Amino acid sequence: MFTPNAARLALILIASLAGAATGSAQTAGDTRLNLGAPLPADQLAGYFAIPPDGRGLPQGSGDAKAGRVVFAEKCAVCHGDKLEGNPQPGFGGDKLVGGRGSLATDKPVKTTESYWPYATTLFDYIKRAMPFNAPGSLTNDEVYAVVAFILAEGHIIGPDDKINAAELPKVKMPNRDGFIPDPRPELSLYK
Amino acid sequence: MRPVSADDAGCPCRDGMFAPRADRRRFLFAAGSAVGAASAALGASVAVAAEKAPPGAQWFDVPDDPTKVQGRPVAADGGYGGRSQFETAVRVRFPTPNENTSWSLTPLAALVGVITPSGLHFERHHGGIPTIDPSRHSLLVHGMVGAAKRFSMDDIKRMPSVTRRHFIECSGNGLTEWKKPTAKTVQGTHGLLSTSEWTGVLFSTFAREVGLKDGATWVLGEGSDAAVMTRSIPLEKMLTDGMIVYGQNGEAIRPEQGYPLRLLLPGYEGNTHIKWLRRLEVSDKPFMTREETSKYTDLMEDGRARMFTLDMEAKSVIVFPSGDMKLPGPGFYNISGFAWSGRGRVQSVDVSTDGGTSWFPARLDTPAEPMCAVRFSFPWSWGGEGAILQSRCMDETGYIQPTRQQLLAIRGDHGPFASVYHLNAIQSWAVAEDGSVANVHA
Ligand code: HEC
Repeated sequence: MFTPNAARLALILIASLAGAATGSAQTAGDTRLNLGAPLPADQLAGYFAIPPDGRGLPQGSGDAKAGRVVFAEKCAVCHGDKLEGNPQPGFGGDKLVGGRGSLATDKPVKTTESYWPYATTLFDYIKRAMPFNAPGSLTNDEVYAVVAFILAEGHIIGPDDKINAAELPKVKMPNRDGFIPDPRPELSLYK
Repeated sequence: MRPVSADDAGCPCRDGMFAPRADRRRFLFAAGSAVGAASAALGASVAVAAEKAPPGAQWFDVPDDPTKVQGRPVAADGGYGGRSQFETAVRVRFPTPNENTSWSLTPLAALVGVITPSGLHFERHHGGIPTIDPSRHSLLVHGMVGAAKRFSMDDIKRMPSVTRRHFIECSGNGLTEWKKPTAKTVQGTHGLLSTSEWTGVLFSTFAREVGLKDGATWVLGEGSDAAVMTRSIPLEKMLTDGMIVYGQNGEAIRPEQGYPLRLLLPGYEGNTHIKWLRRLEVSDKPFMTREETSKYTDLMEDGRARMFTLDMEAKSVIVFPSGDMKLPGPGFYNISGFAWSGRGRVQSVDVSTDGGTSWFPARLDTPAEPMCAVRFSFPWSWGGEGAILQSRCMDETGYIQPTRQQLLAIRGDHGPFASVYHLNAIQSWAVAEDGSVANVHA
């Protein structure tokens, strides 16, 4: 099969046979192509993805009081004044609170409050993709504040709790232990 | 959410080969075929039909005898061809409230062969389709690497490439079908499946360019759309067959499919194949993004949810005959469909015409390649009696496509859509004595 390695080897052979090898010397021991430009850390400053340990959370902070204002102004139209969601055409924002205790019933209600395992995901997602009509437009303080508001409305944190890089990873979501790894293929299918 | 289906939109997905509600253009096209007689009665509507060509086509007047007049001049299409004005199959959007986070389904019954035309590849976007200038697009690879790098599109096209055929299936394919038969057509039940020839560079090639650090186990892929879509992918998968692709079916990938660059993870659920790919971050743990926690997790009846259910398990579906078609009468029919598995090659496909009581081997019409759909067929002589058509796929691991009852017994039938994702059950189409075909649970 014509694998990348074989292709590279062939290139090297052709290049050296033709005596046309220019640039840095390549040997079979070095399988790199030396393509791509160095990427200094400062060029990565605008990018983020926040895992549960909070690595990469920015400076800033907010509480539910400030978050209520942000939410009313920038989120409620699509997610409802009471975070109940808005299924109307053109909106479609999810319900963000409620449903706790419903997951094992015949009418499971999956919301940030009832279903999400990590609070860090809330920061990451709102900063990256919300508000839907102006994604990525919130300041870090606004994101922390609106996260605090959603968590407080879901009774996951207190109404006066401050959320910042140190506090957010410590928030224990109600469904934190509700997830299991993929058990497929399902063994009973082999009976 | 109200249970909805693609059919709610009054969609042209009813446009089956023998669809009872075929549109006017279909009648024109069908002249001489089983429904051709009907076109005579519709003579007056020819002019009406001529006013509008279907998407991807241009309307031209139809001469009485094409051998007696010159056709169109060479290159009159500007140098990029469209399809025939008589070909009407289109993708149909699922009626989610928000058009920017929505999906459209491939008209599987209208396809021939195994490759999905790029313009009919299903779509799932979470923030619309971005417009990206490839000269300003690059791929950043960083995190637990020796030296982080930025790759321009030019860099990527200089790298050794691979070209491979793979299906992509959204794990939400068929989510309306858990509890009761809902969608009328195979476009509605199975249309989140498409197969393409993909061209691009293996992730392992990028890995050597940047170097991987010990302890790395996951890679985050990030898109350049308004959703800035992210998923965490096991590094093992990335190094096995993960591809960064820029080509689809012999040309650049379509904007809806991630132009200019997408991640391609053979056999993994569609959402992980990050489109408009701009960044890969190597890590020692998954990031637990919204799409791998809030969504794309499978809530079981006991209240626990499965996470990182990435493989698409073996599945198949008959597309001819299929829901909402009407067989004109007893006689020969070449039953035909697709089979696929995210765990390797399709090994075999069986077909039943009596609702799963007896099974017969189908013919594989296209080569069985890893994580690629195959087209299968089965010669059927229909005597005019009621029949239930089913197909079942076995993949090269020996896994056999289960029934819906088997899956419900394991995962539960709670809520309107049970566990939502990863329904790979055997599909049943009931053929009535009058030849009409319907989606049923048998
Ligand atoms: C224009 C409508 C709109 C506005 C305004 C909006 N959202 Fe959303 N939001 C959506 C839609 C639509 C989705 C679902 C996106 C998807 O599934 O692809 C969503 C999803 C979410 C989710 C994920 C819910 C889940 O269960 O997965 C969160 C959290 C959220 N929005 C928070 C916010 C916040 C906070 C704001 C204000 C800063 C906001 N949204 C403003 C439309 C909106």
